[in-house]
Amino acid sequence: MDKDSVKPVDERVKKGVTKLLLTVFAMFAFGFALVPLYDVFCDITGLNGKTATTAATVNADGIDTSRTIKVQFISRTAQGAAWQFAPEVNSIEVHPGEMKFVKFYAKNESGRDGIAQAVPSVSPGLAASYFQKIECFCFNQQPLKSTEEVWMPLQFYVDIDLPEDINELTLSYTLYDITDSAKS
Amino acid sequence: MTTATETLEHHDDDHHDHKMTGIKRWLYTTNHKDIGSLYLWFSFIMFLTGGAMAMVIRAELFQPGLQIIEPDFFNQMTTVHGLIMVFGAIMPAFTGLANWMLPMMIGAPDMALPRLNNWSFWILPFAFAILLSSLFMESGGPNFGWTFYAPLSTTYSNGSTAFFVFAVHIMGISSIMGAINIVVTIMNLRAPGMTYMKMPLFVWTFFITAYLLIAVMPVLAGTVTMVLTDTYFGTSFFNAAGGGDPVMFQHIFWFFGHPEVYIMILPAFGIVSTIIPAFARKPLFGYSSMVYATSSIAFLSFIVWAHHMFTTGMPLAGELFFMYCTMLIAVPTGVKVFNWVATMWQGSMTFETPMLFSIAFVILFTIGGFSGLMLAMTPVDFQYHDTYFVVAHFHYVLVTGSLFSIFAGAYYWLPKWTGHMYSEKLGKLHFWCSLISVNLLFFPMHFLGLAGMPRRIPDYALQFADFNKWVSIGGFAFGLSQLIFLVVVIKCIKGGEKAPAKPWDGAEGLEWEVPSPAPYHTFSTPPEIK
Repeated sequence: MDKDSVKPVDERVKKGVTKLLLTVFAMFAFGFALVPLYDVFCDITGLNGKTATTAATVNADGIDTSRTIKVQFISRTAQGAAWQFAPEVNSIEVHPGEMKFVKFYAKNESGRDGIAQAVPSVSPGLAASYFQKIECFCFNQQPLKSTEEVWMPLQFYVDIDLPEDINELTLSYTLYDITDSAKS
Repeated sequence: MTTATETLEHHDDDHHDHKMTGIKRWLYTTNHKDIGSLYLWFSFIMFLTGGAMAMVIRAELFQPGLQIIEPDFFNQMTTVHGLIMVFGAIMPAFTGLANWMLPMMIGAPDMALPRLNNWSFWILPFAFAILLSSLFMESGGPNFGWTFYAPLSTTYSNGSTAFFVFAVHIMGISSIMGAINIVVTIMNLRAPGMTYMKMPLFVWTFFITAYLLIAVMPVLAGTVTMVLTDTYFGTSFFNAAGGGDPVMFQHIFWFFGHPEVYIMILPAFGIVSTIIPAFARKPLFGYSSMVYATSSIAFLSFIVWAHHMFTTGMPLAGELFFMYCTMLIAVPTGVKVFNWVATMWQGSMTFETPMLFSIAFVILFTIGGFSGLMLAMTPVDFQYHDTYFVVAHFHYVLVTGSLFSIFAGAYYWLPKWTGHMYSEKLGKLHFWCSLISVNLLFFPMHFLGLAGMPRRIPDYALQFADFNKWVSIGGFAFGLSQLIFLVVVIKCIKGGEKAPAKPWDGAEGLEWEVPSPAPYHTFSTPPEIK
């Protein structure tokens, strides 16, 4: 018999309940901890196509002219965002390490002053961590007056260490109208 | 033994037998048998409610085209049907069985926390009242599927999200309290001499299930809370516009969701492992391997969740990991099925209703397991994902698995509960009607799914018409068959042949040492375990 079973039943029950309740609270907290954990995990492994949310430093590893990567651009507006949103070109070809500059066009057609936020995603997801943005309109919110239009900059390079089997990658932007949540 | 228990009761001041009368008896009761009955009746009412919704779904799908209900209401029906069957029918039925049988099986006078027990039952009706009331509101009930994927439940919610979230919170609190009660009861109130490896397997499976509940129900509570704040308070857990990620919803949800499916099947394993030895008149084959298999399944359930998400664009390494882990579950499950068959092997079997349901469980649950194995294969899942094949799979494991085991358990212990034998003739009628109709209902769904019919749709392409008609007929027949069960139970409560203390001659366990019907208080002094 272990030591615990010598104690009166009430005391053991109390101890058991306390431990289990602590487990319950710990698991509740763990549910929320999964949110940052998920981000960290995706950040390390680059699994879900999320790109960095801050600017990368300029490439210092030189240019690999032996490889050519096709980068496609996709733009879409989320439901409820009455904005025009399109890249100036649909795709470009780059060498790994080579800096490129692309402009995206946006026009606010919602009939009111608004703020938009573009959210990038790279496919295949594993390429996301090799896609380096020096400058991107997605780093900031984009306020536009009604009917105002703007050309928004994107400056990037593809990391020289991009895995051999990836020759084509797609950068997709979704534009959200965040006027209401940005105000409040 | 029996007389000793009864005489002692009259000397015990804490347990004198003055029950309150009328509704107060049930509202204030802290008796595990009363609460067990409440749970069982509640789950049966919910089973009929969720079943009625299934009838609406099958009526709409009887023919292609929209006949009876609007697509939005159809979605509400599939959603609430799922929620009610999972949280209202299967889980409370298991908790009811645990309440009734656990203390008697381990020789305890009651659950360790009787008042908590009362509370964990009585908040349940409120949870379901909240959930069901939203169906009658202008904006309608939850229509985003029982899995409430964001953004369906957040951005595109019809206004029912708050009702849904609070209902799930209350159900979760109820389950967690019930689980805590089960764990501390098993750990502390076992009769002297009953070591862990001497516990009936029924007790083991509920022990492990309770741990699963304690581990994952809080995660569900967290998930619905995030959905709530995303919908109403402007947070962006699952909203890409604010830096969140809708795919993350699926990860967090299925981290709860996969252990949840084992919460609904492990107790079934325990019930069947109790009944098959009784009617094969042989001890359970491989008791300790059953315990270890149950524990391994419980452990594996935590590392397979993303097999629900093979089509979300996971990288190859992730898909392989989750595929292999999922297929690994077939090993302990195979051990169990082998043990059940080996228990029956060369036994002197008789086929009373509980045994019939148990044998049907072994066969049909295995079919559900095989389709699960098919779904576990990533490339194959790309074809099956979100089709009726999935619907067929989880109804085979939940209806002919969990539900059949509950029926088996109910028939097995009805004499102990009521003191009367149930009508074997009606029981067998219930079994055969259920068996035939349930297969007519769910088996063709495999083919519908393989042929490409998507799930959760109110209308379908013409080539699926014939099979859907048969499925619907099977559905109506299965629904009606369950009324036979209601008749059996009511008849059994009202009267019938007197049941002896141990009506099944192969049955083993402490619950058969007390008279039938089980007295209000049993084992006020713990029995001796040899």
